Amino acid sequence: MHRRSLVVAALAASGLLLAACAQESSGGASSTAPAPESSSAASSSAAPSPSETADECAPDNLALVNAGQLTIGTDSPAYPPYFVDDDPTNGQGFESAVAYAVAEGLGFTPDQVAWTIVPFNKSYAPGAKDFDFDINQISITPERAEVVTFSDGYYTVNQAVIALADSPIASATSLAQLKDAKLGAQVGTTSLKYIEDFIQPNSDIFVYNDTNDAKSALKNGQIDGIVVDLPTAYYITAVEIPKGKIVGQFPAQEGGEQFGMLFQKDNPLVGCVNKVLTELKDSGELQAIQDEWLAGESAPYFTE
Amino acid sequence: MPYVDPARVRYRQRKAWRDAAIGIVSLIVTATVVTLIVVRTPGWPAVQETFFNPEAFAESFPGLLEAFWLNVRIFLIAEPLILIVGLTVALVRRLRSPIFLPLRIIATVYVDVFRGVPTLLVILLLGFGVPALQLQGAPDEVLVWGVVALVLSYGAYVAEVFRAGIDSVHPSQRMAARSLGLSSWQTNRYVVLPQAVRNVTPPLLNDFISLQKDTALVSVLGPIEVLRRAQIDASFTFNYTPYVAAACLFIALTIPMTRFTDWLQARQRRQRGSGFAT
Repeated sequence: MHRRSLVVAALAASGLLLAACAQESSGGASSTAPAPESSSAASSSAAPSPSETADECAPDNLALVNAGQLTIGTDSPAYPPYFVDDDPTNGQGFESAVAYAVAEGLGFTPDQVAWTIVPFNKSYAPGAKDFDFDINQISITPERAEVVTFSDGYYTVNQAVIALADSPIASATSLAQLKDAKLGAQVGTTSLKYIEDFIQPNSDIFVYNDTNDAKSALKNGQIDGIVVDLPTAYYITAVEIPKGKIVGQFPAQEGGEQFGMLFQKDNPLVGCVNKVLTELKDSGELQAIQDEWLAGESAPYFTE
Repeated sequence: MPYVDPARVRYRQRKAWRDAAIGIVSLIVTATVVTLIVVRTPGWPAVQETFFNPEAFAESFPGLLEAFWLNVRIFLIAEPLILIVGLTVALVRRLRSPIFLPLRIIATVYVDVFRGVPTLLVILLLGFGVPALQLQGAPDEVLVWGVVALVLSYGAYVAEVFRAGIDSVHPSQRMAARSLGLSSWQTNRYVVLPQAVRNVTPPLLNDFISLQKDTALVSVLGPIEVLRRAQIDASFTFNYTPYVAAACLFIALTIPMTRFTDWLQARQRRQRGSGFAT
């Protein structure tokens, strides 16, 4: 019995692959397939209106992954200054503090918050999610928002270039001066997009699994500079690579790049979280958390 | 050619046709049933949208193809080197003279260690570790270290494959060659190795195909090869279709290679002129 089900599974998998390969090569034969009705219908009525009663956002009435507790996802390792000691439960670090502030706003005690490890690549996989929301420096983009639902932005981020202080690009003031540099970034980050879109370097871009590998390559001299978000840049140059230097930050983009919390597509919980975020912004608490964990000083902006 | 009864030939042909027809019908029925089962699952629209999205496929494909060229180059450079390393190590391990004991020990330790260590670690260690030593004159090109790591890792596997192949040649072959006056080197070159290599062609091909896919591991050092390109595309659109596109590229490389080896082996069989062919 067991063996037979294995065979069926293997057949199903190969059938899937074959269908895929055949389908793609036939050039969109399936592109007429309509999007599932349920999701298109739901998206129009996704966010509950802000005027609804507080009861709907009471912890008992929320549709949670695990009843009675707020399950929050983030990747591991979770890097400073967003998390401290790779331990999201300690409330330290910007995103940990924001997550607990949101949980409190929703009416959860810290004890009722459970963290789960969600690799970035897994956060947008189809199917049921094992977290209520994921907070992992995820930038909101329109393409991503087609697959998942984002909360309002909780931080406007900018990207910066780090180099070793004795590097030829350490004194660059414009993006044009970075064109001949060997630059690296972590995979899946918007930092990488910034290199591709705004610097368009002449040599190949180096892409790493995580920021640690990018830092190793930088220290080894395998690359001239890495691009990370500005708070990470401050942390790296202040703590991890003292010989490093923030060369500059990219000109701010129109509308700004926002970090958002990631939800299962059309999860109604997002409305309640957004309400809490608005309260946190209005009361100045979000700003206070930001001032506590993210350096306030500013790096020079690159000219074009 | 011995005489064959024409009625028997006709019977065989009819049977061949009937077998083919049954096979095709069975294939179509199975494929239809499996496809129906998959397509009727409640999550299929979501899976189709995230894994098999034609637009995402078309959008990522040119970039993937370009990145795939790097995989092909890594493979083409690494493979001959692996064969050389593997064969050398296998031959060293077969040396019988006591004077070669140190060499034999080195070869044995090499195989033991590099077969046991995950390829990814070898790549990380060489790609990030060696440059950190700041050795004078060592290349700082990460691709060099990526290829070296692949060669070391796969060389150990291939050495064992070759050794098995050499062992599979019956000792009488060697004795016969020596008694005909061939030197030890000539015996290896003209009698043992040709048979050994022929015997291990399928497992060698297996390792080649595995290597084609493991070229993707070099991406941890920074270079953008096809799987990394797919990962980048996937993370910007939150759609896994680029991975499927990358898989299609790997398959497109593997299948012709398998068929080529099949053909090569069939030709060898013909050339050896086995007397018992029908």
